[in-house]
Amino acid sequence: MSTNGKPKYKVIGTRPIRHDGVDKVTGRAKYGADIRLSGLLHGIVLRSPHAHARIVRIDTSRAEALAGVRAVVTAADIPPQGDRMVELGEGAVNMRHLSANVLAHDKVLYKGHAVAAVAADNVHIAEEACKLIDVEYEVLEPVLDVLKAMLPDAPVLNDDVRTDVMGGSPAASDRPTNVARQIIFTKGDVQAGFAAADVVLEREFRTGTVHQGYIEPHNATAMWNANGKVTVWMSTQGIFTARQQTAELMRIPVADVKVVPMEIGGGFGGKISVYLPPVAAALSKKTGRPVKVIMDRSAVFEATGPTPASYIKIKLGVTRDGMITAGDAYLAYEAGAFPGSPIGPGCMCVFSCYDFPNARVEGYDVCVNKPRSNAYRAPGSTNAAFAIETVVDEVCQQLGIDPADFRLKNGAKEGVRRVDGPVYSRIGMLETVEAIKASEHYQSKLAGPNQGRGIASGYWFNIGLKSAVTATVGYDGSVTLIEGSTDIGGSRTSIAMQLAETLGITAEQVTPSVVDTDSVGYTDVTGGSRVTFATGIAAIEAARDIQRQLVIRAAELWEVDPSTVTYVDGGVSGPDGKRMTFEELAHKLPETGGPVIGNGTSGKATQAGAFGTHCVDVEVDPETGKVQVLRYTVAQDVGTAIHPSYVEGQLQGGAVQGIGWALNEEYWYDDKGSMRNATYLDYRIPTCYDVPMIDTILVEVPDPQHPYGVRGVGEVPICPPPAAIANAIAAAAGVRMKQLPMSPPRIMSAIWERDAAK
Amino acid sequence: MAKKRVVSIKLNGDPVEFLCEPRQTLLEVLRDTLDMTGTKEGCSNGNCGACTVLMDGRPVTSCLVLAVEAEGAEVRTVEGVACGSHLAPVQQAFLEGAALQCGICTPGFIMQTEALLAENPSPTEEQVRFYLAGNLCRCTGYDKIVRAVMCAADKRRAAMDD
Repeated sequence: MSTNGKPKYKVIGTRPIRHDGVDKVTGRAKYGADIRLSGLLHGIVLRSPHAHARIVRIDTSRAEALAGVRAVVTAADIPPQGDRMVELGEGAVNMRHLSANVLAHDKVLYKGHAVAAVAADNVHIAEEACKLIDVEYEVLEPVLDVLKAMLPDAPVLNDDVRTDVMGGSPAASDRPTNVARQIIFTKGDVQAGFAAADVVLEREFRTGTVHQGYIEPHNATAMWNANGKVTVWMSTQGIFTARQQTAELMRIPVADVKVVPMEIGGGFGGKISVYLPPVAAALSKKTGRPVKVIMDRSAVFEATGPTPASYIKIKLGVTRDGMITAGDAYLAYEAGAFPGSPIGPGCMCVFSCYDFPNARVEGYDVCVNKPRSNAYRAPGSTNAAFAIETVVDEVCQQLGIDPADFRLKNGAKEGVRRVDGPVYSRIGMLETVEAIKASEHYQSKLAGPNQGRGIASGYWFNIGLKSAVTATVGYDGSVTLIEGSTDIGGSRTSIAMQLAETLGITAEQVTPSVVDTDSVGYTDVTGGSRVTFATGIAAIEAARDIQRQLVIRAAELWEVDPSTVTYVDGGVSGPDGKRMTFEELAHKLPETGGPVIGNGTSGKATQAGAFGTHCVDVEVDPETGKVQVLRYTVAQDVGTAIHPSYVEGQLQGGAVQGIGWALNEEYWYDDKGSMRNATYLDYRIPTCYDVPMIDTILVEVPDPQHPYGVRGVGEVPICPPPAAIANAIAAAAGVRMKQLPMSPPRIMSAIWERDAAK
Repeated sequence: MAKKRVVSIKLNGDPVEFLCEPRQTLLEVLRDTLDMTGTKEGCSNGNCGACTVLMDGRPVTSCLVLAVEAEGAEVRTVEGVACGSHLAPVQQAFLEGAALQCGICTPGFIMQTEALLAENPSPTEEQVRFYLAGNLCRCTGYDKIVRAVMCAADKRRAAMDD
């Protein structure tokens, strides 16, 4: 809203029905598993029963002999990678590791690791054939805990991993290790900072392995054609990175692979890395027929996802009047089977909500015998937020300071330099705290015994990156918008709305389509809270390109100089009051040269990032340790909300994922490294009966880097919930929880410990 | 492989016959034999509710029903909820209320809601949450789904009063 109370925009800020909505409520939308092709074969992947083992021998002959089996593949059917690092859009990836994750080479590194795959006439035959593949393993001792994996005598997963040291002196060792990376950030004089503090608090935390939990399992259907061209139909967060990964893994030219995006049933970061396309492609190459491979739910849990378990130690120094003087953080994240946990962002985010004059952050990326970890909504930040925001709350409790006031005193704002270097531009951390402080929720009284209230803040970057949009003006005044950003949460509409706003037309006049990699310019993943920002900029640029061309067409029609014509308010205006609306001019395009096609791209590397502050009321059952979330409010700096309903939806969905992480979700492993709860029944994500309505406060601090002030909103809301709930539990039950999830047994242990200490 | 059986059902009002193996689930037959891919598979063991259909009016997870068990039953899927090109109140409410993000759980939620509102036309929020607790959604946090279901109940009652 503009200051004079008149809406600043005509389309932005309204709530049109999403363009793909009808297809999705009638069952017509086609997701990855819904593809039908003639001659289609069905693939099943054989997975390792061991968490750590050497593959001695694989004999596929009995499987190949089964009637209805068309092909069997192993790692031998995927070309060798050598020592290659390849830039895959969101950072460089070690191709040997990626390849070994797709089909295990000489070792299996987690239970569920893909070992071989079968293509058959139907899934039942393929399943039976998998049981006929004989694999001889030499079982090795697994290592399942991040700190144990760092010990010098720990079993080592990968012979080729050495510690990559950043920001410190290299630990010169040529010995293979599980510690893939060390990060150190420092700012100011940490020792002097702690010396100046009146209160210094040091606490240790543990978080469990959790999964993104998207309802649609991974899938891929591939056709390796006789001309060497490969088509992959799949649900993915990034068609271009899926194309590149598939091409690099199969060592064929990128141009020979086409990825066709199907609708995607959730991703949250877990559908960027490829698992199945190379397997389906290899099976298709062997059979000459299209092959569809779909994971079952246990494979999704055991072989994809997860976000790392972690160990975090935080030391915080604060003066009596509540000013932060120093911080020290040590973070060790589980990478899973291969290097690549989000330790980097974890280290960057841990102190990011505050102005730390002095701080040190030390982080480690550590391999363990669990699935190769992947991005999960603000990867690395939630673990860190749980730790720092809990310590902040305990300090506030000790000093008798309102936790909102503490954040207003110390919160990050424009000009503050983060510990890892960057200086904030215009951000809205303080505004989110003010919004919570002023909320009816925060001001209200708790209703009963065993109840408590907690708040916590969180931060996440927006990554920007590259997008392309093509928009064609129809002669009837419609616009077709072609984009490469797969739509997970209504982004077709948020992109179309920005194009419509720029052209001064309605959202309904725009028809957005997400198309395959042959049909649109390079576009990075749907992730990093980037699509509405970056693909939005590309759409605005495409609209401006259309404006420029329409000005020329109008000048031609009016026989005036183009410099005297301007595009304004949904139409063109020329000298002497000449005026045509967008629609009127569209009707005249055939007689002025034909189609008008606008192109737009976006390539900005970074944005300011966004903050959220959450407030939660809980009730802790002192008999069972069950925590019930009674009331929940999310305040977030959303820049400018393009489609407020879908912005609220991101905040609500992120908060509930965070609630699950806080209270229920974790992988249970036995000592052999076998996950014991690889079903939705036992890996319990929140149901609607577990949570209340999630109230949202959209704080709009426009990001100056976007023409309409958009900030990415998708990821921040998962960061604060575990800490906010831990702080509420502390208020309700007088116990400080240091481990996620805060499940009933852990709450009861803490309560008994509390009572024993009395 | 056991011999295939002929099964006759009524699917979204129409009589349908199909051949299936005894081990095939109703979900597999709906999707792979009858090409009704609106019903989704999320877990194959009855935990997520994405494959919910109505069997003789009762909501079932079709991944836990063998196709041969459906003999003689009246089966309703998400494809049979709209009346021609007129969306049902629950579909309209989900659209207007932005009650879906990725949409993979939506068919299951719509079928479960159809069953709820047939049983209880005026559910409270508590009753809605209890009845839908077997349908998992990972995107929305359920807020807008629950509101859409309450709104659909209002729309249906208003339509019946007309």
